[in-house]
Amino acid sequence: MPQVSTRTESEMIAAVIAGEIHLYHELIRPYERSVYVMALSYMKNEADAEDVVQEAFIRAFRKLSSFRGESKFSTWLISITINEARTRLRRQALVRMEPLDQLPDQDKSVSPALLRDWREIPSEAVERQEVRNLIQRVVEQLPNIYRQVFLLRDVEELTTSETAETLNISIPSVKVRLHRARMMLQKQLAPQLRTVNQTSKRRWLPWS
Amino acid sequence: MVINCKHVWNYISEYLDGTLPDETRDTVQKHLDHCEICSAILDSTRNVIILVADDRIFELPVGFSERLHARIDLEFMRMAP
Repeated sequence: MPQVSTRTESEMIAAVIAGEIHLYHELIRPYERSVYVMALSYMKNEADAEDVVQEAFIRAFRKLSSFRGESKFSTWLISITINEARTRLRRQALVRMEPLDQLPDQDKSVSPALLRDWREIPSEAVERQEVRNLIQRVVEQLPNIYRQVFLLRDVEELTTSETAETLNISIPSVKVRLHRARMMLQKQLAPQLRTVNQTSKRRWLPWS
Repeated sequence: MVINCKHVWNYISEYLDGTLPDETRDTVQKHLDHCEICSAILDSTRNVIILVADDRIFELPVGFSERLHARIDLEFMRMAP
């Protein structure tokens, strides 16, 4: 049976700092996915995202003793990941293509897609590759500042203030960006998901 | 206070998060109760958020975890005296 640690996260952190470095493997396991999702949102390809994740966890290990527990460990890890991703993007000189951070928040509001009737798309739809690809593509195309906030709030389920802290922006900015991100996703995805749902039903008919 | 559809759209995100002040929430609610379009926008937004946030959307690449932990072990070995 695998060993299940009964130590709390802060006890584990203290133990790793004290020299029980092998515990680091266990310490970070719950955060692998969050860190990867964040890295992927910056790097936009799996291989680079994976490199960023590895570097971020190594960096986090090296500076673990500087973790003071004022923020959550997850938030701290994500901040390190974002820094790592930004450094790498700067190195790749992709920065020119899209400003990494700042974009005016005061631009026009985003109008949603108008649908008179909306039939719930069941979560089973996500089992289909084409639906996953569609969603990934739309999320990838969100402007950086909106995508980051959306991923932290709605995918990683950080609170508004944790998100503000991680990205070093104000709480009102988090709210505005989250709202725009959600509206953009609704605008792009709602009409397409509706079609995806219809085509899939048609395909199930035996004579088609 | 009566508000139009465009105003309601500005509140959708905070409405979903339950962070609107009571008075605004009630006004938005009244509008939603009789406006098909805004209700559909609200429902679709909620639905879309749930779908995008699904764990299956951003799956880890095959072997990701093994490679990560191997890399960390390599780092440990380099540290060793």
